[in-house]
Amino acid sequence: MDATHAHDHGHDHHPSGLMRWVKTTNHKDIGTLYLWFALIMFFFAGSLAMMIRAELFEPGMQFVHPEFFNQLTTMHGLIMIFGVIMPAFTGFANWQVPLMIGAPDMAFPRMNNWSFWLLPVAAIFLIGEFFLPGGAVAGGWTMYPPLFIQGGVSYDLTIFAVHIMGASSIMGSINIITTILNMRAPGMTMMKMPMFVWTWLITAYLLIATMPVLAGAVTMLLTDRHFGTHFFNAAGGGDPVMFQHIFWFFGHPEVYILILPAFGIISQIIPTFARKPLFGYASMVYATGSIAILSFIVWGHHMFTVGMPAAGQLFFMYSTMLIAVPTGVKVFNWVATMWKGSMTFETPMLFAVAFVCLFTMGGFSGLVLAITPVDIQLQDTYYVVAHFHYVLVSGALFSIFAGAYYWLPKWTGHMYDEKLGKLHFWLSVISMNILFFPMHFLGLAGMPRRVPDYALQFTQFNQIASIGGFIFGASQLIFLIVVLKAVRGGAKATDKVWEGAEGLEWTVPSPAPYHTFETAPMVK
Amino acid sequence: MKIKRILGAATGMVLGLATDLAHAAYELNLQTPETPIAGQIYHLHTLIMYVVLAIFVVVFGAMFYSIYAHRKSRGHQAAHFHENTTVEVIWTIIPFFILIGMAFPATKTVLAMKDTSSPDMTVKVTGFQWKWEYDYLQEGIHFFSNLSTPRDQIDNKVAKDAHYLLEVDHPLVVPTGKKIRMLVTADDVIHSWSVPAFGVKQDAIPGFIRDTWFKVEKPGIYRGQCSELCGKDHGFMPVVVEAKTPEDYAKWLADEKAKMAAVVEDPNKVYTLDEMKSKGEKVFTSHCAACHQASGMGIPGAFPALNGSKIATGDKAAHIDRVMNGKPGTAMAAFAAQLSDTEIAAVITYERNAWSNHTGDVIQPSEIKALRK
Ligand code: HEM
Ligand SMILES: [Cu+2]
Repeated sequence: MDATHAHDHGHDHHPSGLMRWVKTTNHKDIGTLYLWFALIMFFFAGSLAMMIRAELFEPGMQFVHPEFFNQLTTMHGLIMIFGVIMPAFTGFANWQVPLMIGAPDMAFPRMNNWSFWLLPVAAIFLIGEFFLPGGAVAGGWTMYPPLFIQGGVSYDLTIFAVHIMGASSIMGSINIITTILNMRAPGMTMMKMPMFVWTWLITAYLLIATMPVLAGAVTMLLTDRHFGTHFFNAAGGGDPVMFQHIFWFFGHPEVYILILPAFGIISQIIPTFARKPLFGYASMVYATGSIAILSFIVWGHHMFTVGMPAAGQLFFMYSTMLIAVPTGVKVFNWVATMWKGSMTFETPMLFAVAFVCLFTMGGFSGLVLAITPVDIQLQDTYYVVAHFHYVLVSGALFSIFAGAYYWLPKWTGHMYDEKLGKLHFWLSVISMNILFFPMHFLGLAGMPRRVPDYALQFTQFNQIASIGGFIFGASQLIFLIVVLKAVRGGAKATDKVWEGAEGLEWTVPSPAPYHTFETAPMVK
Repeated sequence: MKIKRILGAATGMVLGLATDLAHAAYELNLQTPETPIAGQIYHLHTLIMYVVLAIFVVVFGAMFYSIYAHRKSRGHQAAHFHENTTVEVIWTIIPFFILIGMAFPATKTVLAMKDTSSPDMTVKVTGFQWKWEYDYLQEGIHFFSNLSTPRDQIDNKVAKDAHYLLEVDHPLVVPTGKKIRMLVTADDVIHSWSVPAFGVKQDAIPGFIRDTWFKVEKPGIYRGQCSELCGKDHGFMPVVVEAKTPEDYAKWLADEKAKMAAVVEDPNKVYTLDEMKSKGEKVFTSHCAACHQASGMGIPGAFPALNGSKIATGDKAAHIDRVMNGKPGTAMAAFAAQLSDTEIAAVITYERNAWSNHTGDVIQPSEIKALRK
């Protein structure tokens, strides 16, 4: 392909100023918008977490009252999931999917613009709730009725925001699926697609399958709240546990939505820095597919304590344990990719290695929780908080950092500051463990989650966790500095930034020109 | 000046923490199991930990060896293999067998936990925002169990005692060596009745009854907490179970029955304002103050103030209706079923005459009785 031609052409249609960002239909601009949005939300939801950890530093009520504490945990959870991890991955998809498959843009550029701009609207609704009488929603990100029916106007706003974010995700997914299926460069068969593209294809299907389920569940909440229906009210013939079944039928696949793109990013990075092709590409694809399919039949493991019959408990226990098999295959494949490679450890690789190790620890605690009787001990304790932060922070979030460092030179045209990147990595990985590892012990000893205050025997581990939390929170400022520095300047990046990198995105200049692949590249 | 003070506070905190850390009894495992089921859970957990540790050592041993040995900086050249069907099949099948080895004992425990048949005794527990009610179905006694930690400890005004947040005014009392079946339900939102040492955690779901069981051998006091987010006082809803030998339990039961007989109230008795106010204050403290606060000021935005409120100073009938029937869709519960006629009359009288409210109204139990269908 003739890069000069692409560049010239780009100048003709290059809008500028603020309206460039509002009206843009360019996949790179939209990817950038998503990524900045996620980063801002990350600092907001992170500061809520810092308040939680400050309150929990000692027993007794110090800074906030219990109602506000519940608002903090609920908003922290909701925003981290819907406002940080999902948009960040979508940002990666927008930037990378067209570049990786040799497409000039997403299939529906105008809809792409809409999918993004819905998100700030939803975010304003959510954050605005803090200023309403009664404060923000405090019923937990899981929104269980009847507690959720009791709340005030901010509960309605939350439902509205969830609808908007759901619409955004569905539009985004349609775009991604269509792009991947229809716009691949000639010669790129499905089984030649980069792993990141595969994982996003499967994730997009999960989104389309589950988002409407969530929308249905929260709509039922809304009509229960205002229009006299009794879907979840036993007094009117409804059943509060039915909400949990519907919610987790969405919610469990959702946790894979939060991790499959991470698998994809890691599967790009490890081969690059091991200078060796991904081990077992085909089994990686099949493992991802099996995880996605299995994710639809395990939702009951979130509900082992609601009193389901033994047959139900056993079914959900077995099906949950089964997921360990394909997940194990993925981990073994990553390790085998590193095996006998020629490895270097730039920041993206450091985060990728930490991901493999720590995500697996999250997987191990998941296996512990899969065993129904043990889960009944640990359900709704800090053990669960430890488990999901190992998969969400050292899993999803670390993969996002890894991907950001990996592709920043391609996006900005400048190398990031490697020293600062390494500092960010080491501080994050150490403090993350100080923060979340003790929570396993708290959970084993029986400390419930979502409590603003606790009995004396839980003091020490909470103090350790809080200190780890403050260090972790502060370390993230380094990341902000690294990104800003790379955006504003730095050593010029080459086209193929990394020695071992493979793929179409490394054939275009850095920074990637505004328009790429106007003539499709051939893949042999 | 200021900086010095901040520094002083910081060193104080660090020192305090260091000494705390030195004296701490770090609990690294599940609580000591006190029932056969909890014992099985404990062993299951240990078994899985061994399996997980073994896998961890093997897989990450390989990874870290590779990271050490196969580095570019050590001059290692990359090999080119990228698949091996035999290896991939083996590492799919072996985990499968490991899982079967774990599922087998777990299944036995699940079936044992679910077997609530032929109990020696049945107690119904109902979760309320934010207290538990225990109903001894055969013995015919029932009572509420509230957090008994004083507010001042929670607000850091006085030192905290050993069982801070894990103590109640009225624990569930059960005999040792008997299979006790718990029927679990809730009145308002979902709660979860949990005692870790018994291996019991059962969600309490409004409108539905679920059951679980335990059999405890050693007399003693066992503590747990509500384990499902149930609103603002979710963290202040302990479960305390006192297991007594069958003889002591029989004594306790007799006492309890005598006490209940002694307080049977005559709903037709006429009380004075002062009598009602002092009775009402007690009811208010244990049932209402959690939300509306002892000061009657509520929590702005979340729980309305009663001090000077339209309902507590306005029409009597509306006030009685609100207390008896609650306000649907909010945390304001219907107290008609929870409280006796005298208690309802007393608490309403108290609310209408406490703080800055001076209506002078005295509500009599007979008025409440007349309103019950
Ligand atoms: C700065 C790092 C973080 C800290 C210190 C932190 C801390 C916490 C704490 C203390 C809780 C409350 C636990 C409870 O009481 O139940 C919590 C809940 C939660 N966190 Fe984080 N967290 C962090 C990052 C993240 C990230 C990156 C995610 C990614 C999605 C996340 C997702 C969640 C979720 C879903 C909940 C549950 C909310 C709920 O109970 O409704 N957290 N976190
Ligand atoms: Cu509760």
